[in-house]
Amino acid sequence: MSDWIPALKASAEVMCKSTTDETVYSTCFAGKGDLTYLQWLLHAWGWTLLVALIALVIALVIGLGIGVMRTLPNKAAALFGEAWTELFRNVPILVQLLIWHDVIPQMIPALKSVPDLVLACVGLGLFTSARIGQQVKAGINTLPRGQRYAGLAMGLTLAQTYRFVLLPVALRVVLPTLTSESMNIIKNSSVAYAINITEMIFFATQAGEETSMHITMYLAVTVLYFISAFTINRLAAGVEKRSRLPGSAH
Amino acid sequence: MALTLDYSFLTPDVVRNNIVPGLIYSLELTFVAMAIGVFIGTLVALMRLSSVKAFQRFATVYVDALRSIPLLMVILWFYLLIPPGFYAAIAGQFGLDHRAEFSAVITFSIFEAAYYSEIMRAGIQSVSRGQVNAGYAMGMTYAQCMKLIVLPQAFRNMLPVLLTQTIVLFQDTSLVYAIGAYDFLKGFLTVGQIYNRPAEMLLPAAASYFILCFGLSMLVRRLQAKIQIIR
Repeated sequence: MSDWIPALKASAEVMCKSTTDETVYSTCFAGKGDLTYLQWLLHAWGWTLLVALIALVIALVIGLGIGVMRTLPNKAAALFGEAWTELFRNVPILVQLLIWHDVIPQMIPALKSVPDLVLACVGLGLFTSARIGQQVKAGINTLPRGQRYAGLAMGLTLAQTYRFVLLPVALRVVLPTLTSESMNIIKNSSVAYAINITEMIFFATQAGEETSMHITMYLAVTVLYFISAFTINRLAAGVEKRSRLPGSAH
Repeated sequence: MALTLDYSFLTPDVVRNNIVPGLIYSLELTFVAMAIGVFIGTLVALMRLSSVKAFQRFATVYVDALRSIPLLMVILWFYLLIPPGFYAAIAGQFGLDHRAEFSAVITFSIFEAAYYSEIMRAGIQSVSRGQVNAGYAMGMTYAQCMKLIVLPQAFRNMLPVLLTQTIVLFQDTSLVYAIGAYDFLKGFLTVGQIYNRPAEMLLPAAASYFILCFGLSMLVRRLQAKIQIIR
């Protein structure tokens, strides 16, 4: 038990240490031109959240499109939606990211100068779009078919029927699953470390290696993942509450 | 280095020596983790649904904790924390030489149990309460009720979901990349390194995963249709 105090002290000290030399900062924050491990960790957290957020936006936009396409009467559109979903769902995210990073820029030379961050966000976004498309499709299909017919019978165009009749309800049905999808995207963003994004897993392995304090670094990162997951959960619950259909008790 | 898309170096021998062992390991990892994961997962689900507060709390913490952190982090944790002596104890020198591979099996079993337990919980809850009460009324114990009435139906109702989760698990085994275990993906990457074609080898890797996972998910879909008719 008495080993705990010095271990905690050493952990605190290493977090306040400079990443370049042996200086230990009493405030844990270095001035200009230097970085403590704590600051590096916070930067890494920022990268994790940034990649997840951009990827989520991409995934929501494309996933909505794919989900709608899969419910359209047009066979070609539906088939395209199916193919998209199967393609991005059946290849591991790690392999997809490595392809975005190593193969695609070589095939399309115009993409050679695109930063890794963009590739990571696009890769993660498209991967997640397949899952979101799946849920959007399921959401639309849970509505009684009569709603679609009613919209069309009233003289709405197909686009208007989706916009004003189907999607407002379907998207609310889908919202709870989007909560877990946002949590998934934070977790999946960890895979981006494989294409040199300096997010938290990258930090954990790198800082652990440099300081030989693996447990400290892993613990710090794990705690931040917990905090992220918890925060997303609360945020999503709030969004869900505010977007409830007026009058529905659910 | 430009992409040549010339795969003439990929002879059957190269595939047999480098990629097949990786595939075998990935499949072993998937099946062992599924078997142990479903077993532990079922126990955790029963704990979660039990009336003993301490069991409930343990199960909730187990599931929520593992589901809030990325699998990669869990893989790294287990690899860091399991002492070498453990591998030596279970498999001697072979264990010591394959630390990453063994550690991944343990990690995936425990990690996937959290996901399987949520599926099993839904499965157990899909069996109507009246059946359990009928079992008790006939003088069955809790264990008999679960074993003879609830779990067989829970398994059958949830079989498609369990299998779909297993396909996800198979894809996730590629994450052992982080600790350098020799899996299916590593097989492709190794060939890429040997023949200095790292980028090219990613395409057959993706195609192989796609064919396997897509094919299996088609089978699961058929199974699902069959089960639906029976019900």
